[in-house]
Amino acid sequence: MSAVKLTINGKELEVAAGTTILQAAKELGIDIPTLCHDPELPPNGACRLCVIEVEKARSLIASCVTPVAPGMVVYTESERVVSARRAILSLLIANHPLVCITCERTGSCKLQDYCYRYEVADSEFVGEIKELPLDDSNTFFVRDMNKCILCGICVGKCQEIVGAGAIDFTKRGFITNVGPAYEDKIEDSTCVFCGLCIDSCPVGALIPKALIGKGRSWQVEKTKTICPYCGVGCGIYLHTRDGDVVDVQPDFDNPVNRGHLCARGKFGWDYLKNKERLTTPLVRSGGVFVAVSWEEALGLIVDNLEELSSRFGPGALMGLCSPKASNEESYLFQKLIRSLGSNNVDSYSRYCHAPAVEGMMKAFGGAAMTNSMEELVSAGAIFLIEADPLKTHPIIGYRIREAVKKGACLIAAQSEEAGLSDLAAHYLQIKPGSAVALAAAFAAVILEEKLHDLEFINKRTEGFAAYSSSLGPEVVHRALKLTGISEEQLRSAARAFAEAKNAAIVSTSGGSEQKSGSRLVTALANLALLTGNVGRENCGLYLPYSENNLQGSADMGTLPAVLTGYQPLKEKTVRDKFARVWKVELSEHPGLSAAALFSGEGKKAVKAMLLMGENPAACGENNEAAAEVLRNLDFLVVQDLFMTETAMLADVILPAAGFAEKTGTYTNVGRRVQLNRAAIDPPGLAQPDWAILAELAGWLGIEWKYESPEDIFAEMAALTPQYAGISYERIAGVGLQWPCPHPEHPGSKYLYQGRFLRGLGLFIPISIIDQAELPLRYEESCCEEGKKVLCSCLSDSMRNHSVISRLK
Amino acid sequence: MYEKHLMICGATGCIASGSQSVEEALIEALEKYKIRDKYRLVMGGCPGFCEVGPIIVVYPDEVFYCRLTPQDMAELVEQHLVGGEIVERLLYKGPDVDAPARFFDTIPFYTKQIFNVLRNSGLIDPEIIDEYIMRGGYSAFTRALDLEPAAICAEVKEAGLRGRGGAGFSTGLKWEFTLQAPGAKKYVVCNADEGDPGAFMDRSILEGDPHAILEGMLICGRAIGADEGYIYCRAEYPLAIKRLKIAIEQAEKYGLLGQNILASNFNFKVNIKEGAGAFVCGEETALLASIEGKRGMPRPRPPFPAQAGLFGKPTTINNVETLANIPLILKIGGVAEFSAIGTEGSKGTKVFALAGKIRNTGLCEVPMGITIKEIIYDVGGGIKGGRAFKAVQAGGPSGGCIPAELLDLPIDYDSLNQAGAIMGSGGLVVMDERTCMVDLARYFLSFTQKESCGKCTPCREGTKRMLEILNRITEGEGKPEDLDTLDSLAHSIKDSSLCGLGQTCPNPVLSTIRYFRDEYEEHINDQYCRSGVCKALFNYRIDQKRCTGCTACSRVCPVTAITGEKKEAHEIIQELCTRCGSCIEKCSQDCILITPVGREADVSS
Repeated sequence: MSAVKLTINGKELEVAAGTTILQAAKELGIDIPTLCHDPELPPNGACRLCVIEVEKARSLIASCVTPVAPGMVVYTESERVVSARRAILSLLIANHPLVCITCERTGSCKLQDYCYRYEVADSEFVGEIKELPLDDSNTFFVRDMNKCILCGICVGKCQEIVGAGAIDFTKRGFITNVGPAYEDKIEDSTCVFCGLCIDSCPVGALIPKALIGKGRSWQVEKTKTICPYCGVGCGIYLHTRDGDVVDVQPDFDNPVNRGHLCARGKFGWDYLKNKERLTTPLVRSGGVFVAVSWEEALGLIVDNLEELSSRFGPGALMGLCSPKASNEESYLFQKLIRSLGSNNVDSYSRYCHAPAVEGMMKAFGGAAMTNSMEELVSAGAIFLIEADPLKTHPIIGYRIREAVKKGACLIAAQSEEAGLSDLAAHYLQIKPGSAVALAAAFAAVILEEKLHDLEFINKRTEGFAAYSSSLGPEVVHRALKLTGISEEQLRSAARAFAEAKNAAIVSTSGGSEQKSGSRLVTALANLALLTGNVGRENCGLYLPYSENNLQGSADMGTLPAVLTGYQPLKEKTVRDKFARVWKVELSEHPGLSAAALFSGEGKKAVKAMLLMGENPAACGENNEAAAEVLRNLDFLVVQDLFMTETAMLADVILPAAGFAEKTGTYTNVGRRVQLNRAAIDPPGLAQPDWAILAELAGWLGIEWKYESPEDIFAEMAALTPQYAGISYERIAGVGLQWPCPHPEHPGSKYLYQGRFLRGLGLFIPISIIDQAELPLRYEESCCEEGKKVLCSCLSDSMRNHSVISRLK
Repeated sequence: MYEKHLMICGATGCIASGSQSVEEALIEALEKYKIRDKYRLVMGGCPGFCEVGPIIVVYPDEVFYCRLTPQDMAELVEQHLVGGEIVERLLYKGPDVDAPARFFDTIPFYTKQIFNVLRNSGLIDPEIIDEYIMRGGYSAFTRALDLEPAAICAEVKEAGLRGRGGAGFSTGLKWEFTLQAPGAKKYVVCNADEGDPGAFMDRSILEGDPHAILEGMLICGRAIGADEGYIYCRAEYPLAIKRLKIAIEQAEKYGLLGQNILASNFNFKVNIKEGAGAFVCGEETALLASIEGKRGMPRPRPPFPAQAGLFGKPTTINNVETLANIPLILKIGGVAEFSAIGTEGSKGTKVFALAGKIRNTGLCEVPMGITIKEIIYDVGGGIKGGRAFKAVQAGGPSGGCIPAELLDLPIDYDSLNQAGAIMGSGGLVVMDERTCMVDLARYFLSFTQKESCGKCTPCREGTKRMLEILNRITEGEGKPEDLDTLDSLAHSIKDSSLCGLGQTCPNPVLSTIRYFRDEYEEHINDQYCRSGVCKALFNYRIDQKRCTGCTACSRVCPVTAITGEKKEAHEIIQELCTRCGSCIEKCSQDCILITPVGREADVSS
């Protein structure tokens, strides 16, 4: 793009053509006031506060929407400009209640700031003022449209970014307003309470209820951290005052969410102060729980573990670790269990993602999402199959919307009503349980029409011959019958997928968290291999996990047969490496998996369990059987925030800290390792899990020397090739994506460039079963077959203690 | 074969004055004489002279009957059609003619008009494509099919056609920009969202000659490389929409719309989008947003629609009248013919809607460069009731007023701009001495304030404050500093508003202040509205010397505020008077005076 020379306030500069005058001025450090401008929304030009004077131009020009022109001579604060700005501010405050004394936004209100800057104390125009009723119909925020200056940013965010379309401008002229259709309350609209409107409102028209009376912007402390809900891992700022969270605002610099959030991240933090939080260690005594000191609780644990270990051997101990625990905590957890001589370590909540893991492991040799969310917006085609990301991973939903706007072709195959379908160029309404057949039929069509990527197949894959012979015409025929779509629909959608330069496949838990899930994942992996849409930028297979650190927890070796970074326990060199650093002997026998334990296999062997944040008695495919297993244990320790169904069965309950009360790292679904920072203290005697583990280890006679989570991370990174180049210092800003093998490495946006983890990508033929393969319900929230599919039982525990439980 | 064609004006104006029942009565009369088959009845387009509607023109005799009622039809049939004698009683009569006028060309209203854009209106059946074709329709398009797109643009440019929607941008240049814009998909949009109060030029063209618009769009499509067009027509024009739909259907049937038109490989389809009644949707970017299904709100330019218009594709947006001119320019010899009319900077004709205190309300097509005086006095027949001409508002709510001293101003884009008005779409609202200029400004501003889309601050908030000030002034609460505040606020709004609506809406205020400052000052300083419009600012008084005591005024007074014996001077009891104006309308002696409040003016002088 060519450069344009212009002069602003007497200073010459050169900027790229197409740059707005506002941006050009910013490059010179000149601040032009704006109220309605938002860089991610289409040009607006509504408030007119950013007008500037251009020599020889007839009228003043809105700098936010006007591109620079060669030789332009611009004045940003000329007398004419200042007078126009004063007039605009004067007009705005003539119709704005000047209740700054009690307004929550005082100090962070742009209208107030600009009136201060241009010395507009009161309006020269006296007349009618809007008198609109407050809308405090909902749980989350108050809308005071009397304060609204109609900048339209909230409307833009709601329509363009989120796509909820809950609000728009209504009426005309002086009585123009912003709100839901038919003057409905926001509660009755299509609002999803993502809070994007609140965080972008330049004035005090939209205020979170939790913030009211809790402090002005200069009174709150802002801590940069990471949202604890889903695997997306949005950057947030916790606003705290006097040890209480009062608000959450999005991190605009975080590449994952770029200033976007969903209702969970924006409002779902109040569980931290829920009065049901555990605040002291509890010990079961005579059928009731009794509050005890840490010393007493830890002493009791040590006594019991040592006694059981001596009677039944180290294999009698098993640990289950929550995918909500930080990397440091997950690492310490498996280190503790292994240091006690047992490899019985797993994460029960990850169980629901086993099909996805299994499918990807077979095809690629690794179980992470192949590309990162940041790339989705640049995909040429997106195949969304049995997924409702707007519900499960809203940010991914926003990104798909963005991609479509940029020209991506969306192919949506859904058996139930789901978001984003309205954007689909190819909408395939398939019958429940026919996703595997559809994916196979896509491949069959692509092969038949010779749209496959032969060069990629030859160079990067194996098993193609057997696979291609499994894709005869009958695959299409049977798929049409199973899915209920027409052949033309199938073929044109498959073509659109194959012909896109970069095609991504997105299936959230609805597709992968079911019994046939691993078959679907295999079918989708085949499809990616067939079209060469993996191992490159902007394509790939997206199977995002539901919990914030599900990826990191697995990376940390909370698995029976592998150590950190999936280093196999069975290899002696690996065991030796860890033994040297840990100063313990490692058992070479792979441990029990959670599935094996709860399905009955080996349940006799396990006598004592340590559960860090896990709640098998309430969630999972088999929660009643799990509860039975737990009930029959000799000794059960539970670390948690709340008295869960599982904690009720424990002998000792240890009160743990929530995400805002501890420091640590989380690895999101895009393998981005991000730093979570403590903003407040845990309630009562509660402790971060890592501190609990370190303390317990000491009581058990294991010598650990950690001053902070950073020490733990450094030890882990030194043992883990993918994390070797990552340090707290390097991820203080925006995180790093593994593999990051050395301290100079920039991190990896996507996986398998040039090589899959297993070497060549493997095609695995799958047969089509001529019947529906289990119903899929992605709006449900756990893993019980046919009823609950999406595993987010841990998020549920937080949600159930938060106002967001009231979301529809 | 028919013996005669009877063209009944079937446009909205005449329908409102009863032309449908006239048609029914005519049919009944024809059937009574069993001669229904011999005559062709057409509810056609508008001949323009709304003031005297309903109108029937009998062809080939070219006899112009007006002010018709159903009761007249028996006589018309019996005397003219059966008897062969013209019904003199039903011919046009007026102070501007000595004897009843039989034909168009003897009616002064028509003598200075040139029928280019309105060439077919009232002459053909707008619902039959063959009639349009017989009048040379679609021949310009077939010629255009043989021309290079750039050559078509060049001809339009050479003809000097400027946009008839108001701003007057060169149409050929606009087409050229769209032609040159990269992109395979382009659109032609016809702006038929005519919204200025009192303007109905576009409606008449759409109702009277819909194929002219389709032909104009086809030529434009061919010129800019578009294969699809939209007509954005306000839903308040149901008849126009109906006729457009019929026209599109017929053109499709004839292969003039659709795929591979006339085996030329040129494809074109036309869609109709009905507007929902927002004035701002006449603004081109708001109009595009509305077609796209969004709220009709303007967006900043650049990018101009020629670069990124409808659905982000290069788009040419032309007004109805502009498009109706296109076939005239593209026909053989059209460029020369078109540019022979008009002035140096403004070529061709312009259709105006005459409204207000003028005798001949209606539609007229006149050459550019004609003076205001000619339009008002020659075409318009002067001021109603013989009152004095005060000013004319040109260009609707975005325009400005032109006072009596500028009567000789030629009507073209540049002269009007200099005078503080604009050509606009062609509405001319004529005011006489009984029009208050402050109230006029207030009226137009209340319109634009209500119709402001609410997007940009100056227009939304600024017009409200201006209106509040004007309301105060007309209610007698004006302050001396109000004029300065109005002036500076008006300039702020003009200077910083987002779209043309905001940038021009202070014009009525600014131009009335410019030419009638004394009236404003009188309102503010003397609490006096000399025009007798602002009720708080005048009293009616009876000139005691002239009053003959005819009692006409006291009989119409609804509140019995007028007292006096027969044949003696009457008096108005001010405490009771509501200033409804019934008395002054009724008094034939001009002895009711408009006087300042609270001042005992010497009413006998």
